[in-house]
Amino acid sequence: MQIYLKLIWAYIKIGIFGFGGGYAMLSLVEKAVVGPGWISETMFTDIVAISQMTPGPIGINSATYIGFVAPGAVNPEFSGIGWGLIGSILATLAVTVPSFFLVLYSAHFIRRHNESGAVKAVFSGLRPVVVGLIASAAIMLMNAANFNPNGITRQMWMNIAICAIAFCLAYFPLRFGKKQLKIHPILIIILAGITGLILYY
Amino acid sequence: MILYKFSMQAETQQVKTPLWQLFASFFKIGAFTFGGGWAMISIIEREIVDKYHWIERDDFLDLLAVAQSLPGILAVNIATAVGDKLRGTRGSIIASAGTILPSFLIILAIAIFLTPDMIKNNRVISSIFMGIRPAVVALIIAPVLTSAKAAKIGLKTVWIPLVVALMISLDLGFISNPILYILFGGFGGFLFWWLPRKYRS
Repeated sequence: MQIYLKLIWAYIKIGIFGFGGGYAMLSLVEKAVVGPGWISETMFTDIVAISQMTPGPIGINSATYIGFVAPGAVNPEFSGIGWGLIGSILATLAVTVPSFFLVLYSAHFIRRHNESGAVKAVFSGLRPVVVGLIASAAIMLMNAANFNPNGITRQMWMNIAICAIAFCLAYFPLRFGKKQLKIHPILIIILAGITGLILYY
Repeated sequence: MILYKFSMQAETQQVKTPLWQLFASFFKIGAFTFGGGWAMISIIEREIVDKYHWIERDDFLDLLAVAQSLPGILAVNIATAVGDKLRGTRGSIIASAGTILPSFLIILAIAIFLTPDMIKNNRVISSIFMGIRPAVVALIIAPVLTSAKAAKIGLKTVWIPLVVALMISLDLGFISNPILYILFGGFGGFLFWWLPRKYRS
């Protein structure tokens, strides 16, 4: 049963301190779920990929998936759809309930301090930290499990090439004359998946 | 902390928005927006302000400012605020449930069929994910740069994200906890604004 309480506590913390959007939340989520061994490093990366290919906020998607698999991973007694369902409901509620009450009960407080400039001041300090949070998530995912899972140097270089090409596609818009075309992340993931199938099957 | 409820429900509103319609609207928003957060805002605005005229644009922007200033999942925060304004607490529960439910159900279905074991042991799926993982890393590096640009990170402030990213990814226990740096950033920004004001007077 302890795992469910831990799961709730972990996601309440993510809900309370999750400033700066989905990507900034990732390092909070990774620290909370990979550290205690609820899921592996590669599984965390896979969840991010799945979240990007399915609709909805990444915070909800990760809570639902991790809530489903964590109980079974920690204690085999809790494997199975029923126990997983309980975990995913609890984790999803835990990540949304804190901000739900904050929106209902602190809107007045926020409005008052918005006018004085205090809220703006807090966010001017948070903004550079959020950049660092996203960067830390990227750095933590640059690990052997993602880039060199089988200890084969050739594979590692191919993976680095996939990462570099995917970055260029995501960051630099394609130009057709005057038209700029930004490639959607879903398309990048599909292309990378096809590449993986060709290279590693 | 102010604990009384400040309901924003408009009393002058002639026709109450039906709860089922509120639910249907946010369910649609949750089901069809990929990426969450900012991608969702324009769609929520189009649905709530332009299509149904449930809320005036100025009021919507005010709700958005509050939702953005609070932690948690932005799309859910907006749904809570809009639901509360239209139908009080019951409306806020209905609207946020509508936003969460589509991604919850989709991820639940994926979690049931695409288990960690299957990703590891099925040769086709494991090779697809081997190609996807490095691309996911690239998809997180890209927002590091775009958010740094948006936060106007320059030579004077670049140390903040660098230190934050380094400390978190080094994994040194307590001082690698992302929450610590979120608190630092928020309080730092506040003090930077508050101290000069205090000592001037």
